Amino acid sequence: MRITQGCFSFLPDLTDEQISAQIEYCLSREWAVGIEYTDDPHPRNTYWEMWGHPMFDLKDPKGAMMELDDCRKAHGDSYIRINAFDSTRGFETVMMSFIVNRPKEEPKLDMTRTDTRGRSQHYSWKTARG
Amino acid sequence: MSETADPKTPTDAEALPTAIDLRAEYEKSGVAEVLDELDRELIGLKPVKLRLREIAAMLIVERARAAMGLSHETPTLHMNFTGNPGTGKTTVAMRMANILHRLGYVRKGHLVSVTRDDLVGQYIGHTAPKTKEILKKAMGGVLFIDEAYYLYRPDNERDYGQEAIEILLQVMENNREDLVVILAGYADRMDKFFESNPGFRSRIAHHIDFPDYTEDELVDIADGMLAQQNYAFDDEAHELMRKYVELRRKQPHFANARSIRNALDRARLRQANRLFTTSDAPVTAKDLSTITADDLKVSRVFTMGVPDSARETGK
Repeated sequence: MRITQGCFSFLPDLTDEQISAQIEYCLSREWAVGIEYTDDPHPRNTYWEMWGHPMFDLKDPKGAMMELDDCRKAHGDSYIRINAFDSTRGFETVMMSFIVNRPKEEPKLDMTRTDTRGRSQHYSWKTARG
Repeated sequence: MSETADPKTPTDAEALPTAIDLRAEYEKSGVAEVLDELDRELIGLKPVKLRLREIAAMLIVERARAAMGLSHETPTLHMNFTGNPGTGKTTVAMRMANILHRLGYVRKGHLVSVTRDDLVGQYIGHTAPKTKEILKKAMGGVLFIDEAYYLYRPDNERDYGQEAIEILLQVMENNREDLVVILAGYADRMDKFFESNPGFRSRIAHHIDFPDYTEDELVDIADGMLAQQNYAFDDEAHELMRKYVELRRKQPHFANARSIRNALDRARLRQANRLFTTSDAPVTAKDLSTITADDLKVSRVFTMGVPDSARETGK
C-alpha cells in the first residue's frame, strides 16, 4: 500500500534532481533542512529517527543530498523524509515535509472498528506487514 | 554544468554553430569586468592575476566547446597558495570565491575559511563528522584551509589529521563540480606537507606562488589602505613612507603588507594623540584624516633599533 504523507504525496516519487530543487527552495527561505527515517509510517507516528543534526548552515542543496545518499545507504529499506524547519519567531515549526525514500514493499494500514457504549464505534489503525 | 556531453545535444551539424567569436563571448560573459576589477584593486601579484586570466580563458573556451557539442569536463580548480607572510594569500582567497562564482565555476560563491581545529576532532570518531560538516557547509562555494600543513603531524602517527586529509581528498576528487578547495601556507612547509601527502599535490591543479612586494608596490598598498579608511598622507609623509618601507624591508621579521598595515595603525594612533594634545582650535575633517610626517618620524625603524613590530609579526 502506497503511503501518502506530507507534501507532494499524490505525485510520483520525486527524482533526486527534483528533491535537490525543493531543498534549494527551503534553503532560499532560510529553513533548516533535516533528514529523518522510520520503518513505521503510521500517521500518528510523528517521531521519526533523526539522521544526523538538522542542517542550519547550508548554502547549497548538495550538502543535504550527500547526507540523504548516506542515509539511503544505511536505511535504504525505510521511509526517509526531509523536513524544513522555519526558526522565525512566531512560526518555529516545520514548514515543509516530504517523503524521499520508501521501502520496496510497503506495509499496509489495517483499520479495526470497535463497538463501544451506545452503539458508537471507535476506529483505529495499525501498520501490518505481509 | 554537466560533466559529460549531454546525450540530448543535437548531433546533426546544422544545429551547431560552425564558428564562435571568442572575443565576443569574452565581452559578453562579464569576465573582463571581473579581471579589470582585480587589476585595479590588488597591487602587484602578477602570477596570481596571470593564473586567473588563464582560468577565465579556459571558461570561455569550455563554453564554446559545449556550444559546438564537443565534450567538456569540469576542470579541476583546487588551488594551493604559497608565499611569505603578508603577501596577500588570505585576501586573494576571499576574493577568489566571488570571482569563481562570477565566472560560473561555483554555484553559490560563499567562502568557508577553516584551520586545523575546524576539521580535526579531539577523539576517535570525532574527526569524520566534523570534517563532513564543514564540507557540507562549503558545498557550492570555496573551502579555504589556512596553514594547511598543520593537518599533517609527522611526529604523531596516530594524529587524527590524517583522517581529515583522507576525507578531503575523496571529496576533492568526487565533488569537483560542487566545491573548490584552496590551501594556503608558507612555501617550505607546504612542500613538506605535499611530500608526505603526494595525493594532495596531484589533486591540486593550480600551485600559485605569491611573490614579495617591491618597494613601490608597498607604498601603493599603504596609500590604498589609508584611502580605504578615509585617511591620507600629506606630501612630506608620503616621502617618509617610502623611506620607511626601504628601511623596514631590511630589518628582521618583515611581513610585507602586514608590516605596512601595522605601521599605519601605529601612525594613526600617534596622529590621534597629536591632535588631542596639540590642537587648541577646533579640528577640521582634513586634520582628522591627514597623517603627517611627524606621525611617522617617531617610528623606531628610523633610529635603526629593533622595530617595534617585531613582536607582532612573528606569524
